[in-house]
Amino acid sequence: MTATADTVDAVSVTDLTKVFRVPGAKGGHTAVDRVSFTVGAGGSLGIVGESGSGKTTIARMLVGLERASSGSMAVAGRDRTQPARRSAERNRRARELQIVFQDPYTSLDPSQSARAAVEEVLRHHTRLTPSEREVRLTELVDQVGLTDRQAGARPRDLSGGQRQRVAIARALAAEPGVLILDEAVSALDVSIQAQILNLLTDIRAETGIAYLLISHDLAVVRQLCDTVLVLRRGRLVEQGACDQVLDAPAEEYTRALRAAVPVPGWRPGQ
Amino acid sequence: MTATPLLELSGVTVHLADRAGATGARKPVLDGIDLALAPGEALGLVGESGSGKSMTVRAVTRLLPGGAELDGSIRFDGQDVGAMDAGALRAYRDNGVGMIFQDPRAHINPTRRIGAFLIEALVRNRGVGRREAEARAVTVLTEVGIDDPARRLRQYPHELSGGMLQRVMIASVLLAEPRLILADEPTTALDVTIQAEVVGILDRLRRERGLGMVFITHDLDLALAVCGRVAVMYAGRIVELREAEELHQRASHPYTLGLLGSRPSIDERAERLKAIPGRPVSAFESGPGCAFADRCAHVQPVCREVRPELEPFQGGLVRCHRVAEIALQEVQA
Repeated sequence: MTATADTVDAVSVTDLTKVFRVPGAKGGHTAVDRVSFTVGAGGSLGIVGESGSGKTTIARMLVGLERASSGSMAVAGRDRTQPARRSAERNRRARELQIVFQDPYTSLDPSQSARAAVEEVLRHHTRLTPSEREVRLTELVDQVGLTDRQAGARPRDLSGGQRQRVAIARALAAEPGVLILDEAVSALDVSIQAQILNLLTDIRAETGIAYLLISHDLAVVRQLCDTVLVLRRGRLVEQGACDQVLDAPAEEYTRALRAAVPVPGWRPGQ
Repeated sequence: MTATPLLELSGVTVHLADRAGATGARKPVLDGIDLALAPGEALGLVGESGSGKSMTVRAVTRLLPGGAELDGSIRFDGQDVGAMDAGALRAYRDNGVGMIFQDPRAHINPTRRIGAFLIEALVRNRGVGRREAEARAVTVLTEVGIDDPARRLRQYPHELSGGMLQRVMIASVLLAEPRLILADEPTTALDVTIQAEVVGILDRLRRERGLGMVFITHDLDLALAVCGRVAVMYAGRIVELREAEELHQRASHPYTLGLLGSRPSIDERAERLKAIPGRPVSAFESGPGCAFADRCAHVQPVCREVRPELEPFQGGLVRCHRVAEIALQEVQA
């Protein structure tokens, strides 16, 4: 990292738009409509919205799984609006930004032990010597709270929470400046979700990594994020600091979203 | 309880055949469930993976997986469900209980129209005329908040959103006029604003019709909002049973307290969440003592050796050896 990197935004997105072609429909379907936001270095932004809000499409564009129709995206100050042409560029982008998905069971290789999955990333993305790699591997396994025995296990022998720890360790191995968490704690049991949320809080405090959390859960966003952006049908509804947007929402939709969450004393239909 | 309970479970224990199918090797998944539901009452079953909440509902409807062994008794309106012959069992499932599942798409035939799905049971089981059945379907669809119900009857499931389809599911259950609704995570797959609508509809119609309901969810606050009483389950057992209104104030079992502390708040960020260490276990993974012992901050040798009973404590029932001491510590803290 250069000396200026600390002052550059971790993620900067301007007028990002994604239009999917729909057979028979003129103009297609606009999944993301001129959305702009930034995540400061070491910051944490939550993108919330319901089905069809476009939140996952934004994540997919940032990692390069979808191409933006218009607008621009930059990570660590480097533009990534256009697809990477060379493998060196692809590798560099991968080192800048990693992603953890909702279901690690489908994103981890079933034949690979947790250790091997993390080591593969270290070998690919770092220039560590074998002995340094070994040290770093142990460090990562420790950092995400896996035991040695769990690190040697394959995904099917791990619980959902343990698999998510593996996915986090794997993402951290590339030492990215930004981690996208795409509903990464949504499928976990409540008691396990709390462990992973604490883990993610610790990791951010230790490493200064920035988070982009994609979630439908306002309470999870509040716990993990400094700023929040509310999306509806591809459009930005409202954005700002978490306490401001969640405690005093300016928009009707944000109020409705908040009022629908069951909390102590909540009654349906009121 | 004075009147006959609508549903009564006593000592319900379920063993599943082991994966390998080895004879004799059976794994317990439910262990001594005692529950009584009064007519018109709503009871929540709350727990994490492996707690046995879904298995309890499957036992109630006798829809257990092949090779499962059921002990204890289940009574519906005084009738022994375990002793029902095929005819009685069918009548019980048709008109006694109605089931609502998490994913309506998996339970509605995608190749048939909504109308055919809704009136089938009325026409075939009750001998209601088609026209009359359709009229009833239209009425019920209106009640669950679906606009233009006559048009919906001609649509296929893929033309409806998940929230709409779950309303159709609720409508189909109401058409059978059951006395008990079993709802297994009925809103878990829905967006939060849709969840609020669907739960509101279910709650209102259930009250209007005086139906009993067993509501299964992983979301404690959702259960507290729609149920009069809530049973917290862990490893195939009930660990705490309490009036919903009192649960936040009087939660006593370390697991219930742990669940309450685990959930982040929408109102403020916690420095750290009070996470419970370890992971939830199933009944067959738990030792001879308290199933929660390995994760419990208050564990003593007795907890690992002797299984605690579900005993009265501060207006509820709690399964914990140390509940009185823990409550005292909480007060002092």
